[in-house]
This record gives sequence, C-alpha cells and structure tokens, in this order.
Amino acid sequence: MTLVSQAERSRPRPRTHDLDAVVVGAGGAGLYAALELKRDLGPEARIGVISKLYPSRSHTGAAQGGVCAALGNTEEDNWEWHWFDTVKGGDYLVDQDAAEVMCHDAVETVIKLEHLGLPFNRTPEGLIDQRRFGGHTRNYGEGPVRRACYAADRTGHHILQTLYEQCIRHDVLFYDEYQVLDLAMPAGADGPVTGVIALQLSSGEVHSFLARAVLFATGGFGKMFKVTSNAHTLTGDGVAIAYRRGLPLEDMEFYQFHPTGMYKLGFLLSEAMRGEGGFLVNGKGERFMERYAPTMKDLASRDVVSRSIYREIAAGRGIDGQDYVHLDVRHLGAKILNEKLPDMSGFIRTYFGLDPLTELVPIQPTAHYAMGGIPTDVDGRVLADETGRLVPGFYAAGECACVSVHGANRLGTNSLLDILVFGRRAGIAMADEVRRTSPAEPDVAAEASVSARLDELLSRTEGERPAVIREELQETMFARCGVYRSAALLMQAWGEVDDLRDRARHLIVQDKGQRYNTDLGEALELGFLLDCAEATVASAVARTESRGAHAREDYPDRDDANWLKHSFAFRWSDGAPPRLAYRPATITRFQPKPRTY
Amino acid sequence: MEVQLRILRFDPERDALPHWEEYDVPAEPSDRVLDLLHQVKWYQDGTLTFRRSCAHGVCGSDAMLINGRNRLACEYLVKDAGRQISVEPVRGSRVIKDLLIDLDGFWEKYRSVMPYLVNDELPEDGKERRQSPAEREQFEDTSKCILCGACTTACPSFWANPDYVGPAAIVNAHRFIFDSRDHATEERLEIMADADGVWRCRTIFNCVEACPRGINITRAIMEVTRQIESRRP
Repeated sequence: MTLVSQAERSRPRPRTHDLDAVVVGAGGAGLYAALELKRDLGPEARIGVISKLYPSRSHTGAAQGGVCAALGNTEEDNWEWHWFDTVKGGDYLVDQDAAEVMCHDAVETVIKLEHLGLPFNRTPEGLIDQRRFGGHTRNYGEGPVRRACYAADRTGHHILQTLYEQCIRHDVLFYDEYQVLDLAMPAGADGPVTGVIALQLSSGEVHSFLARAVLFATGGFGKMFKVTSNAHTLTGDGVAIAYRRGLPLEDMEFYQFHPTGMYKLGFLLSEAMRGEGGFLVNGKGERFMERYAPTMKDLASRDVVSRSIYREIAAGRGIDGQDYVHLDVRHLGAKILNEKLPDMSGFIRTYFGLDPLTELVPIQPTAHYAMGGIPTDVDGRVLADETGRLVPGFYAAGECACVSVHGANRLGTNSLLDILVFGRRAGIAMADEVRRTSPAEPDVAAEASVSARLDELLSRTEGERPAVIREELQETMFARCGVYRSAALLMQAWGEVDDLRDRARHLIVQDKGQRYNTDLGEALELGFLLDCAEATVASAVARTESRGAHAREDYPDRDDANWLKHSFAFRWSDGAPPRLAYRPATITRFQPKPRTY
Repeated sequence: MEVQLRILRFDPERDALPHWEEYDVPAEPSDRVLDLLHQVKWYQDGTLTFRRSCAHGVCGSDAMLINGRNRLACEYLVKDAGRQISVEPVRGSRVIKDLLIDLDGFWEKYRSVMPYLVNDELPEDGKERRQSPAEREQFEDTSKCILCGACTTACPSFWANPDYVGPAAIVNAHRFIFDSRDHATEERLEIMADADGVWRCRTIFNCVEACPRGINITRAIMEVTRQIESRRP
C-alpha cells in the first residue's frame, strides 16, 4: 500500500482509452485478428492494436521460407498428409484436433492471403508456387513434397506488410510504441480480463486501455538464449504477464533450436536453402544427415537435424574441431540463389563476407521458437488451468500461445500458418464476445501497481545494470537448457536463474527521463525473460523423457506411458519453483509410433 | 581492437543543443555498428537512445547517418566503417532523443498513397487470382521495402520541402500501381501527380544510394511519372 500511495503522488491518473477490443502485438497473429474483428463488427467498431514497435518492425517480417498449405499446385498433395506430418513432427504431443483445424484451414487461409494482396511467387500458369521444406512429406512419410507457398525468401515480410496494409485500409486504430505491462483483471481471480495497462514510450505516461476482449499476440522469448534468431524485442512480455497473473504456461520445456543459424550471430539461414537442395557437411566433408535420417536426410525435422549437428561436433567432426558445421549451397547456382533465396545470399555476403556460390557457410543451431506459451483452445480462448476452464475476455495467438499444434517440435512453415489460422479464428471469437458483453471499468489497482513499479525502478540509485544480468541469463540458458539437457545441467540452470532473479530485484536504470526511456524498457523486459526462463527450466526438470525438442541425456527415450501429456506451469510464489500440473494430449487419428525420418 | 565512436547526442529534457560525445568501444572487425551502440548503452551510458529490433536488416528500425551516409546500423560492419565512426540521427526530421527521430510525418505520407491492394472481386472458382511470373516481376523490386526511411531522409528535395511525399511513399505506391491485381491505379496516380508528389524528385539518386534493400528507387519514381504522363491528353 505504501507503494500505491507513493505512485499516486508522483504520477497523474492514467489516460484511458475506451475500445471494443484490444490486440497486443502487431505481428501476423495480432494483425489478422484485428482485421477479422473489424470485418465482423463493422466500420464503427473501435479495434486497437497496441505494439511496442511500429507494426512493420514485428518479427513476423523476419520469417523467410514459406507457409505450408496442401494446395497441390505443383504436385499431388493432401491436407491430411500435412496433418500427419505436423503430428509426427511434434513427436505426438500435438493436440490432433487442433492440428486438424490448422492443416484443413491452411488451404483456404493461404488463398485468402493472396486475395488480400500477398505477392506469392508464381508457377508458369500463374498459380501460387510451392517448394519443399523440412518434415513435410507425401503420403504419410514416403518422401519430400512441395507444400510451402512462398514469396522469395521474404514470406514473413510480405505477410506482415499485407496484413498491416489491409488493417490501414479498414481503419484499425494503431497505438504504436506502447509497452504493455499488465492485464486489467481482478487480483487472484481467473478473469474477466477487461483491458491492459501500458507505458507510452514517447511520453513515459501510463495509459489504460479498456476492452471487452483482449488478445495477446506478443510473440516469443528467444532473447533468454545467447545465440538466437530472435529480435532484441522478443522478451516474452505477454507470456510473463499472464504467468504473473496466476495463469498457466503450457509446454515451456519445448523450445526449438533451428539447425542453420549463422555461426555466432544466430540469425537464420532459411530451411528453404535445404528445401531448394542445399545440405550440411561436417569437418571431414561428409554429408552426415544421411546417417541420421536416411529418407529425409537434410530435410528431417529441425530437432533431429540440430541434435545431429551437436553429435557431429561432440564426436570431433565440427569444422576444424570447432562448434560449427557447414551449409553447402554452391551447387544451387546463381539463378536459384538470386531468384529464390536473395536475402539469404545477401546475409551471407554482408555478415560473413562469403560468396555462397563458391564458399561453404558456417552454421550452428540457434534458439528459434517457443512451442509452449499461454494455453488456448482452437479459438484463441485462454485456459485458466489444466481442466480447460476458460478465462473470460482473454485470448492469445501466435508464438506466445500454445494451442497446441506444434507439440514437442514445430515443423518449418507451420508458425506462419499458426499465426494466420489462429489469429483469424481468435478475431472471429473475440467479435462474438464483444457483441455479448458490456463495457468494462478501469482496473485502478493494476494501474497503480504499474505506476509504482515504474517509479520504484526509476528512483533506485544503486544496483546492477540489466545488461549484466541478461547476459548471464543468456549464457546459462544456452549452455544448460539448450539442445541437450540433463538433470545435472538443469538443476544448475535452476540455481543460476534463481540467483539472477534475486539480483534482478535491485536493478538500476541510469536514464531517469520520461521520453523514450529505453533503459527502463530493457529493465522491464529482463523481468519478463526471467519469468519465462523460470517456467522453462522447471518444466524441463520435471519431464523425465526425451520428446521432440526436449532431449534429456539422462532419459534418452520417449515415454508415452507416462508423458503423453502437456505441462502446465503455475507461478506459486516469488522464489519458489512453479507448481506443475498436466493435461493429456489429444489423440484422434494418429497413434504414436517410433519417429524416424 | 578499439573503435572511437562519435555520437551526436541530444536529450531535450536535459540539453539545450545537440552535442558530440566520444566513446572508446572494444570491437571485432565483424561487429555491426549496432553492436557498438549497444556496448555504449549497456556498459557505459544507459541514456543513449535509439530504435532497433531484428538486428539483421529486415525490420527497418535502425536507419542512421553513419560516417556521413544513411545506413542501417545493423548492416554496417566495423571492418567497413573503420576505427573512427560517427553516428548521427537521419536528417530532415525532428530529433526526439539522440538517434531517435519523429516518424509521425513519415507514416502519414506512407498512409496517404493508399498502400494496400484494392480489389474486392474474388475468382469464381474460390482459388487464388492468377498472376504470371512476368506480371509479378513488375513490382518485385518495390515490394522489398522495409519502411526504414533511409531514402526519404537522404533526399535533398525532402529536406528543402518537408511536404514532398518522398521516395519511400512513392516506392509503396509503385508496389500497387504495378500490381496486375490492383483496381485503384487511377486514384493512386492522381495522388502521385499532386504538386508535392513525384514532380519534386530531381533524380539526385541519394535514395538509391541509401536504400539498404538495394531498391532502384529513382527508376521506380520514373516509372510512376511515365504512367502519369501516358494518361495526359
């Protein structure tokens, strides 16, 4: 209570925005939801998109290779094959009813995206062109299939642009450069969610957004790892806010390491480079994926390829005995590299000074994608617990959410598909809720607690800088909660994360100004990352099996008898490990089988 | 090695005028200028303010005037920038804080050119609209734009007349004017034919030099101009 009164003295009451629906995050999921809300509720509806960046900066724009849908434009395909590939790719932890929705809706969704203006590459007949991608097969695993619809190696850029453009056309309200810090919802209860509290970066003022439905589409949290493909801004804000409000985080132990990150930098070299015919070679010049995945080889699923790279390196077969291998695309020729993979070739030239036409490219697995996140149903509705109870007014979609369509490992291209299918479905469900509910009242307690948190951070004059703690966190998570894990490594990680959390209670922000205080912003983001790390490590310690991206050296086998279930991590109390509960995976069509590629 | 970084600093909450500050920063030749800015912000002076996100040239947040030319800080490496590097905010817009500028006008101009596909007719077969690879190629170059603003803020015509819609907005108009699927070409050309539209371009080519995506912006502006002229009686 002391803090509240202190905040009331130093800050004006937040400015309030009264909206019908609020979308937090302006990537593909958020923008598609906003577009759908506007179409559904009509031109008078007040639909707000709040983002800490300008929408065109969202990380959807960095996605490269494509979005899968069984259009069958270049060879025979079937959405049920896509469904099977998704389930197998996720090592059978996928909720099969949700994956069925996604793969079935994929065809219609990609067509709609073309109608909205997306400039896909075309076949000579003028249809959307398609190419191969890891883990996508014909006839239930017989061999690779051309399923990824693409626009050069900038598919995400065009998805982001197209959806932003159409949101502008349909008068969606944009609140750019606002950092959301809390949900408006009663303390200690599971909803209803009636809005969000945000920091306006340009002024340093706290703003309160009221809404009858709130969507979190805030993206991932790859910045908890040292080597990552993720943008600096991907700090798990939405995921951590839900967790702090007592809501569960599902399957946090499943974090994808993409095989072909640029060595040391971590940025992605698209799987499309292998889809177009590139392959990996070790220090002895061997195409080692032939040994680990005889059928799919370099196009096996990402978890399999990343582990294979680690095993080559552990056996001393990295390049010059070091911790990387080579990607060879020399044989693809100038035409394919320039026309189908121009950005990738540009990255290699800019950052490595190498010519991919004549030289080998150093790569290493890079932290890429969270399979886990805020649990939802197939309409984006957030689950309050493992029994499936819903949180009124609250939705999540995109990487911050866990539907779960990716299970223990996501297939390439399925993240773009996920944001489109479930962003759109969340928008439709939200429109329905907006019609049924009445306007909300401001959450004065949440506003006050956000103001107090900001004032406390700004007023502290002694303590540690956020960057120091963040760097240690990134080292810890990459080294001990990475591609391979064990009880010993994870317990070490737990101790270190716990210690970092303690130290982070005394962060110092050097910038004491109000306008664009990005120093303050980074301190707040570090808090979110630490919460995500805590839930990740605790869920990983408990899961005593290896499945998909969660590979335990001390439990090398998948254990369907005990672990065909989703983890739900709840925050218990500050400093104590989270409480874990479990929810069975939904199996409908495909019975779990041994997984080989 | 160590790099000497000169940054033009300005915080209106503290400073009367912009001023240069110098920082000695440890660096590798392969480091990006953005890495150096982070070194300063994280370990020397937390008040240094700039926008950034993806850090590999695709989000468009970190356009700055580096060693006298507009570039993305995340795409310019120390090995190319040298051991003495100067960083300033891009020109022609109000500086809000350090390297961070007011972009409201930039986005307003972007929005003014109807930067979205207009076509509400759907194919009867329920499938995608057809477009040949050759038709798509017409706007391939301008579709690469990431709205970083490096072109517009490098343009002397824009510096002289802030009402000029600017190269970035024209690039985004071009992207739809030359899309065979679009139905709003005439409206867009009318916007482009405004007194503050394409005629302000003096073909100085600064925009082409500044574009981190390698878009041939002057050519795009000329193509739009030719479309307008071809419709004149």
